[in-house]
Amino acid sequence: MRGKNIKVDYLARVEGEGSLVVKFRGGQLREVQFQIFEPPRFFEAFLRGRSYREAPDITARICGICPVAYQMSAAHAMEDAFGVKVEGPLRDLRRLLYCGEWIESHVLHIALLHAPDFLGYQDALQMAREHPDLVQTALQLKKVGNDLVALLGGREIHPINVKVGGFYRVPRRRDLNEVEEQLKWAREAAVQLVKWTASLPIPLFERDYEFVALRHPAEYPFNEGRLVSNKGLDIAVDEFEAHIVEEHVPYSNALHARIAKRGAYVVGPLARFNLNFDRLSPLAQEVAKEVGVVPPCRNPFQSIVVRAIETLYACDEALRLIAQYTPPDQPAVEVHPCAATGHGCTEAPRGILYHRYRVDEYGIILDARIVPPTAQNQKSIEGDLWELVQANADLPQEELQWRCEQAIRNYDPCISCATHFLRLQVERE
Amino acid sequence: MAQATTKPKLAVWKFASCDGCQLSLLDCEEELLQVADQVEIAYFLEASRATVKGPYDISLVEGSITTPHDAERIHQVRRASRYLITIGACATAGGIQALRNYKDVREFLSLVYASPQYIQTLSKSTPIHDHVFVDYELRGCPVNKYQLLEVLSALLNGRKPNIVPHSVCTECKRRGVVCVMVARGTPCLGPVTHAGCGALCPAYGRGCYGCFGPKETPNTASLSKRFKQLGMKEDDLVRAYRSFNAASELFRRESESHER
Repeated sequence: MRGKNIKVDYLARVEGEGSLVVKFRGGQLREVQFQIFEPPRFFEAFLRGRSYREAPDITARICGICPVAYQMSAAHAMEDAFGVKVEGPLRDLRRLLYCGEWIESHVLHIALLHAPDFLGYQDALQMAREHPDLVQTALQLKKVGNDLVALLGGREIHPINVKVGGFYRVPRRRDLNEVEEQLKWAREAAVQLVKWTASLPIPLFERDYEFVALRHPAEYPFNEGRLVSNKGLDIAVDEFEAHIVEEHVPYSNALHARIAKRGAYVVGPLARFNLNFDRLSPLAQEVAKEVGVVPPCRNPFQSIVVRAIETLYACDEALRLIAQYTPPDQPAVEVHPCAATGHGCTEAPRGILYHRYRVDEYGIILDARIVPPTAQNQKSIEGDLWELVQANADLPQEELQWRCEQAIRNYDPCISCATHFLRLQVERE
Repeated sequence: MAQATTKPKLAVWKFASCDGCQLSLLDCEEELLQVADQVEIAYFLEASRATVKGPYDISLVEGSITTPHDAERIHQVRRASRYLITIGACATAGGIQALRNYKDVREFLSLVYASPQYIQTLSKSTPIHDHVFVDYELRGCPVNKYQLLEVLSALLNGRKPNIVPHSVCTECKRRGVVCVMVARGTPCLGPVTHAGCGALCPAYGRGCYGCFGPKETPNTASLSKRFKQLGMKEDDLVRAYRSFNAASELFRRESESHER
């Protein structure tokens, strides 16, 4: 059979600008590239000379979809540097804020970006013509997540209320009443969403991945924990750079993250789910078992179901946090800058997001390093594409191309995030 | 392929940005399907893999120009568009990316990238209006989604967008928020910053940090004097004016006047 090259110049329904190139030579698959050509954006360099106070606001601008993740990793890294611990209701409020972002980001991806692939629609608006209730419900569910972020953060995109040490202002108990009612509805809607995603025609595909996620002694991970994997990794966050290396592969002009001496790994919903299933709420575990999606889950196309399960967990967890909430005396812990280095790693909707800062005695940033989840998944995305194309080379061209796009979207890639450090190649043929 | 239709064609274009401003459109959860009813979404890659060829009636442009390729591409977008609207601080004022305008971009490259010689980038991040004619500029980092709907609605109904150029202070007073600078001595860019966010930061007890860029005729010199009385140093002033709207003329001049 003759090889059919695939070239998608601008991948759709992903965040940012990326392209896909699949090249055959003499019927043999020769090249698979998930290219990133989004303009480089020099955030690590911009951070030099800025105050530690500005890190949450500046890094939020790396990504409009997961700004909370950037604010959380930045705040935790700075607190690590200054020896500050944020606990009690302030810590709970951070988890609550993260719940909002997970709901908003996951439902956006499930319903508006990913589901149309499974059902053969070009987009969610087309899908809405034949499944109006479903899309309406999903938009409503996404809105609950956004409302929660807006309530705690001030606005949905680039929230203004997060600071190193806590918040600028904390809500009164009664400020949470309305969103609590919304969340009760959302929890039910999320159960239905899990069932609906599980009913989608999910392609059969499995690989033996190394999954990496945070693991906390008592909680499904958001902000804290050790970095663990299913293949023996178990390290503290500040050991990240000793175990994760970036390599330059000749066929792609992008830096790929891998685990030293081992190789590619996967971060994100599948990794968290497989490594922390026992930390999910009883309801989330029960619904997951009911639809038959339980660890080990090695099919990346099932990530859409896992995202829905995590959405359900986030609703459940948000309700638990609100129920036990008593406002703290102060909206933030006092912070005294000193010359130090701090590390932070939190679970963005797409996976672990690592920050490291070195600051001087006035809290001015001397040096910064940021490793976003999409950069870490890139090597696995290409690995999936290799196997997928080889296994499906006889599919009609258009169908194979669409399947490849869908496989990339399994990872909910955030290319804007990745480009602050990925190298750039513009291919024009 | 999308169906043929006589509805106005809407396109959304991305340059160097975080995607947040175009996401504002998808964040219009209650209005999104109504918007989709009024226009044909002809090119919006974040939302759809189906694209319709131009020309387009309305083009929303997000992001700033930072590569030689994008400096070309914006001209193609302009040629294909009846109305071109920039959305957000990057497209309107060069955005956070314009921080490179004050430094040597080659030094940046070597800090972030392993082999800088392969990177194609311009030494400055510039707003869209430096390259092509822009019909309307919407401020904010990110834009306010209700202002975005207002601009779309105005264009669809052949009227001017009803968006006022006054300061954040005005919004603060309307909202009944106690002034953080007068009452608590917290430095706040509200007096010189364009309205649009609804005085968010003061309402949360922090000073405005200028997401919407300069208002019309801001008195930045006077505000800087007050900031110094409140204990800010020259370095702090440079940073205050040099963030998400660093390249907008009025903030740029003020930040430079405090540089040693």
